[in-house]
Order: sequence, then C-alpha cells, then structure tokens
Amino acid sequence: MAPGASIAFKVDGLGMLFALVASFLWMNTTMYSIGYMRGLDEHGQTRFYAFFALAVSATIGVAFSANLLTLYLFYEILSLATYPLVTHHQDQKSKISGRRYLIFILGTSIGLVLPAMLYCYSVTGTLEFTTQGIFQAGQLSKPAMATLLLMFVLGFAKAGIMPVHSWLPAAMVAPTPVSALLHAVAVVKVGVFSIVRVITCIFGVDLLSSLNLGTTVATLASVTILAASCIALSQDELKRRVAFSTISQLSYIVLGVAPLTPKGLLGGIIHIVMHAFGKITLFFCAGAIMVATGKKYISQMEGLGKKMPITFAAFFIGALGVIGLPPAGGFFSKWFLILGTLESGQMIFLVVLLVSSFLNAFYFLPVVYKGFFSGQAEKEPAAGSGIEEAPFCCVAPLVITAVISIVLFFMPTVFVDLIKTALGL
Amino acid sequence: MMTNTVYPALVVIAPLLTALFCSGFSWVEKRICYPVAGAGLLVATYSAFRVLLEVLAEGTVQYRMAGWAPPFGIEFRIDLLNALVLLVVAAISLVNLVASHRFVIRDMDDRSGTFYAIYLLFVTGLLGVVATGDLFNLYVLLEITSLTSYAQIAMGDPDRGPLASLNYVFIGVIGASFYLLGVGYIYIKTGSLNMVDVASILPALQDSSAILIAFIFCMIGVWIKMALFPLHIWLPNAYTYAPLPASRVIAPLMTKVMVYVMIRLMLTVFGLDYIFEKLDIAKAVVWLSTAAILAGGVMALAQRDIKKMAAYIIVSEIGYMVGGAWLGNKIGMTGSILHIMNDAVMTFALFLAAGNLAFKLGDVRFKNLENSFAKMPWTMTGFVLAGFSIIGVPPTCGFFSKWYLVLGGIEAGAYHFVAALIISSLICAVLFFRIFEIGFFSGESHGRDHGHSAGPEMAEAPVSMLIPLGITSIFLIGLGLYSGVIVNRIIHPFLG
Repeated sequence: MAPGASIAFKVDGLGMLFALVASFLWMNTTMYSIGYMRGLDEHGQTRFYAFFALAVSATIGVAFSANLLTLYLFYEILSLATYPLVTHHQDQKSKISGRRYLIFILGTSIGLVLPAMLYCYSVTGTLEFTTQGIFQAGQLSKPAMATLLLMFVLGFAKAGIMPVHSWLPAAMVAPTPVSALLHAVAVVKVGVFSIVRVITCIFGVDLLSSLNLGTTVATLASVTILAASCIALSQDELKRRVAFSTISQLSYIVLGVAPLTPKGLLGGIIHIVMHAFGKITLFFCAGAIMVATGKKYISQMEGLGKKMPITFAAFFIGALGVIGLPPAGGFFSKWFLILGTLESGQMIFLVVLLVSSFLNAFYFLPVVYKGFFSGQAEKEPAAGSGIEEAPFCCVAPLVITAVISIVLFFMPTVFVDLIKTALGL
Repeated sequence: MMTNTVYPALVVIAPLLTALFCSGFSWVEKRICYPVAGAGLLVATYSAFRVLLEVLAEGTVQYRMAGWAPPFGIEFRIDLLNALVLLVVAAISLVNLVASHRFVIRDMDDRSGTFYAIYLLFVTGLLGVVATGDLFNLYVLLEITSLTSYAQIAMGDPDRGPLASLNYVFIGVIGASFYLLGVGYIYIKTGSLNMVDVASILPALQDSSAILIAFIFCMIGVWIKMALFPLHIWLPNAYTYAPLPASRVIAPLMTKVMVYVMIRLMLTVFGLDYIFEKLDIAKAVVWLSTAAILAGGVMALAQRDIKKMAAYIIVSEIGYMVGGAWLGNKIGMTGSILHIMNDAVMTFALFLAAGNLAFKLGDVRFKNLENSFAKMPWTMTGFVLAGFSIIGVPPTCGFFSKWYLVLGGIEAGAYHFVAALIISSLICAVLFFRIFEIGFFSGESHGRDHGHSAGPEMAEAPVSMLIPLGITSIFLIGLGLYSGVIVNRIIHPFLG
C-alpha cells in the first residue's frame, strides 16, 4: 500500500492487554460453547465453530494493528464473521435481528469511519498509530476536528454509544456463547478499543484536550450510561437486561478515556478487563440457566438459586464486578474512573458514575435475590428439587471467570502495570 | 524499445489463428475445438505475461507489423498500462473458457465450433484493441470485438437474446461511428493515425475546433461502448440474455477495455494539458460519473435477478472509473487504472458464481436461491467474496481501488464523487446481503432452532467450474494484498 498505510502489526501494552483478555476468554468460551451447543443439540455446529474462531482472530488482529487501515480491515472482518453467528438460528427472528446488526455495524463503518479515515489520510499522509497523534496543531479547524472525532466515535458502532446502540439487544438472538464472548468481550470491546486507539493515537490526547473536545464525547457517553441503565431496569428477559447493562458499561470506558486525564485513561482501560470478566460470567449464567431449565425471563426465576447454587453464586459475583463493589475486580476500575473525573474537575460526570452504580445494583441484585430468597415456588417441593446444575462444560467456565473476577480484586497489579507501561505513566 | 521477441504479436495472433482453426475444423471433429481454443488462450496468456515482464524490465515495447515503420505501418506499442490490461484480458478469457466447457456441452453442443470461433475472435479483438498503437487499427479491432459480441449475445436466450442483441447493434454501431468520425477528423488535421505521432502533432493544434470535435466524438463513442450512464441502455439486457459462457467474459472485459481506451486517448493521444487546461469539461464529467454511480446502484436495487443486478452494478462501476480518470490528479487516475483490473476480476468472479448457480438451479432469479448456502457452499463462498469486493470490504481488491478513488476525490475537492462512492458501497452492501439472506435463511417461517434438521442435500457445481471460481476468488484477496506492489511497480511508473 501507499506509504503510511500498510497492513502491519505492532504489539504494545494496550493491544497486548486486550488480546490477552480476548484470547483467554475465548478458550473459556469454547469450552462453554461445547457444553451449550452439544447440550441443546444445535444445528450447523461446524459453521458455528469456524466463524467463532475467525471472529477471535479478527479481534486479535484489531488489538495488534499498527495503523488505522489495519484496524479497519480487521474491524470489518469481525463484523462480517459475526453475522452468521448472530443469525445462527436461521429463522425469521434472527433474520430481522441480523439485518439490524448489519445496518448499524456495517452502515456506520462504511458510512462514517471509512470517509473519516480517508480524510485523515488525505490531510496527514499517514495512518500510523503514534503516541502524539498524527495531526499537527492547527492542521484542521476545531469544527472539522470535532466532526471527525464524532464520525469515529459513532462510526465504531460496536462500542454501542447511543444512538447507534440498538444492534446490541437485537443481537441477543444469537446462541448464548456468542452473546457472551462477542457481546461482552470481543465485538463490543473492539468498538471501544478502536475509539480509544483513535483518541489516543490518531488525534492525540494533548491536541484533543487543547481543543477541549473530550467533553463532547464524555457527554455522549454519560447520556448512554444513564439511558441504557434505565432501559435495563425495565427488561424482563435476562439476556436483554445484561445486554443493556453492557451498553451502559461500555460507555464507562469511553467516559474514562474522554476527559483525557491519566487516571481516567487508566480507569477506562482497566475497565475493559474487569468488565469483560464480570459480564462474561453474567452471560454464562444466563446461558446455563437456559440450558438447565429453559427459562429466559427473570420473572420465572424465583427460587431457582436453590436448584442452581453455583450458577447463581457466580451471577452474584459477576454482578458485583459490574456494579463495582468489592470483592470483585470491578471495584478498581470504578475507583480509577472516579479519580479520573475528580482529576478533570467535572463533577457532573462524577454524579453520572455514582447514579449509574446505584442503577446497576438495582437491576442486577434483584435477580440474585429472587433466585435465593423468593421461595414462593418452592412451597411445594417438586420431585427433582435437588441440585440441577447445567452440564459440567457450562458450569466450569463460569466458575473460572467468577473466580478470576475475585482474584483480580486482590491482585490487579499485573494489568495495572501493563496499562501504565502502555500509557507511559 | 524495438523488441526482437514475437510475444507482443503472439498475444493477438494466437487466438486469431485458433479461431480460424475452430471454425474450419468444427465440421470435421467438433470435440477438438475446446482443447485447441484452450491452447490458443494459454499461449496468449503466457505471451501477455512475458510481455509484462519485458516491459517491467526494459520499458515500452514496440512491435512493427510486417516490419513497416510507424507512422506508415501498424505498430503495437505496449507500455506498463496495456501490458497489465492485456494480461488481465487474456487470463480471464482463459479461465472462463475452462469454466464454460460444461455449459457449452450442455447448452450448445451442436454449435460449439461456431461458439468457440466467435469467442476467440472476440478475445482477439479485445487483445488487439489493448495492444495497438494505431487509432484506426483500434477501430477495426473494436468492430471485431463488437460484431462478435453481438453474435454471442444473439446465441443466448431464444426469446430475448436476439432482440437484446439487435438493440445493442443499433447503439453499438452509433458508438463506433462516433469514434470513427473522431478519428477521421484527427486524420484530416494531422495526417497520421499512429497515436504517438498524433500526440506529437496535436499540441500545435490545440485551438483547432476540428480537434475539439474529434475529441468529443471519440469520447462519446467510447462512452457509448462502455455504457456510461445515460448511454447505458443497451447493456443490461445484452448482458442478461447472453449465454453465460459469453456474458461472463463480455461483461467484465468489454467495458473495462473501453475504459482503457478512454484513458489511452486521454493520456497518450490528446494529453492531459489539452483536457484539463484547455477544455473546461472535467468537472461536468465527474458529475456525470457521480450520476452514473448512483443511478446504476439504484437501478440495481430494483432487480430480482443476479445477472441483471450485476449488469447494473457494472453501470455503476463504470462511473467509478470514468470519475477517477477525470478527477485530474494522479491519485484518482491511479485508482481508475487499478479499478480496471480489480473490477474486471471481481465482476468476473461474480459472473462465475452466478454461472455455477445457474448451471445447477436453472436460472438466477432471487426466489430460486433459497438454501443456496447449504446446497452450494463453495460457489456461495466465491459469491460472497465477489460481493465483498464489490462492496469494498478489505482486504479484497475492491477496497483498495476505492481507497485511491476516494483519496483522489478528496484531493480534487470533488466531495459529491466521494459521497457517491461511499453511498454506492452501502447500496452494494444492501444488494448482496439481500441475496445472502435469501440463500442463508430457510424460506419456511419455522426456525431450525434446535436439533439437526435434515437440511437440503449438497448439490455443487462440477469441479471444472468450481476451480476457476476458486482461483478467481483467491485473486480477489491476493490482488488486494498486493495492490501496493501493483501501484508502485506498474501504475506509478506508468503515470510518471
């Protein structure tokens, strides 16, 4: 390709971190999906595993990209490779959802990211990721910069920032392992990762803060956090509730990065890790419940915790991680995110963080409560009232991720150090 | 450089001789035609490859027919641009010959000798148009190409084919006449027909209104022949109702070769100074191509048949190339030239896949395509790759030519052209995913949620059709990944 836009890889701390999380969770999810897909005797498993592997390799490709062109290339491969996964059931419902998935994901990447990227290239002659960004000060006017930034932030629709979020709940028609890995870790985090890369390595933190453009993005993210949390409260289908929670949690990451303070960056990036482990646990649990009992709706789950104690315990830990309470790793990311907002001095974002934490607790903890303590259904014990967990292959991965969530609380230094090197803090 | 090798002539002569052989010997033994035609095109492809290597190593190659020196004799003049196009044309027609063998046996066994003869003559014409350095010789070869394509189209659909062909004849003849008139004016004013010779005389005649008319006539002629919107009306029916073995090579190559002729006239004969400094029509042409891109896309949306949809996609793609060439900067021209090659390969892949589908399913109307992913997974893989390339998904080749075209548009400030390219990508995404949906989702309303449902049996096309598609699909990605090499080694040195 032309100079400054080759297809090239470069591994730095940030990419390594993301690749580690994605590949580790992929192994876990593969085990889980064997339990899930075999347990439900799904059709087309060969296709499923093939595209699943392709999706992960594209994710790692995004993580290791040395420039925006390579990132875009793998981003598109990921969009297309996940389409057959999302529409796996091949019925009318998945057709409609698949359509929505494509319209949002492909429409924004071709319609917004591609022209923005080409414009950047046309102006600067390079797309290489560098720590100072590729723009010289004063190369573009502030409105032009703001437009470009918005094109990128909304164009990477995988990050689910409103108003380009609605593909995510629709994509929940996918089999649960897909939802778990792709829509808690790989796909959505690729979106966020791309935004982080563009903000830190294309625009450059200094330039953006001198133009004071971070606040615009942070405002978008805040609106998304609060609105998605409120919508999550009203969902009865467990997977959809988790999906809306994902939308709001993704914006935490953006909110952390957007004010462009070191602590905020640290918090945002560490949230990629913490949220991945917490959220994948929640999805695994939703799937395990589905496999074991066939139940999808929260209102049906009364007393289920007694039948599936391991699953519900893991759900509890995952929920703690997402809410940001000890002893789960999510506590640290919240901690740094809050420090970041304090550092930037914009108290309104602090309020957003705190309010949304309450909302998180409101929409997750009742599920656990219902499972363990709402014993109406158990008044008359059914014949098989003993423990009826999902198959081993389903339960083991969710235990592993839940345990890691807790381990991350006690020793977060591995990742924190990696990020600090990556950011040069 | 005067060449001592015969390869430049052999590129054109080999298919010509085998064409004559096929038409003669088909009366004796018609089964011999296929291997002979294959041999002829193999020789042509190999020669084209050797010519490309020679041009890369030593610069422009000149070959004088029968030893007559230009400007009196006919000269084949091959530089990096037409060496590239020659190779593309020869290779695609060779691959298509192999892929079409079973089609010919099934659909026109009684006429196979005639078909191969016409097919080879058509390829001869295309190769000649690309190789020649003489304006009138170009016209003659162009007419060979056109006449043979009329004949091939008329051999297609018994109801609609002849009418589509007749329609094409009328408009094609008008196009050729425009071109011939233009060449006539040039001849009157300069007394020469050799392109390089004419180019050396024209700068003195820049103010001549006769030259202006000549330029306009030539351009309108090639625009009609390449189906630039709104001069495209002959194309969709002609390509849809032609027999697939023919349309699969006419559709990707004919229009692309005409784009080559346009670029040749612009760069070599009239010169960029004349076109962009003297005349003030470049902006209008870019607007016209913008309209072509959008109109082609919108009309493609209205189709319910893959062949016809592909035909309108070609109308849209022509807009890409014409627009890129008329942006008036190097990067746009790079994109345009790169897209000649890429578009030829990707429309060819699309038509190959459509041919495989048609071979098994009867025709390629959308409603016939249900469950095609389950029935014909390999064919559909090729189809998907061709679709991605036309949409412009990296790392397929279509992305990279679009990349240069968009950059050229930004540099020229032609944002309407850029917008049209992006919108066209989105339209193509809709076009193809609509077909993927039909092929992927079962038509019946109940899902196949759980359990191994007994899906439709696999019924793939014959291997002799799958391998060409596989090779072409690999090229879609290979050309994409190596587009930097192609641009740096071939296109940029050519543009200087």
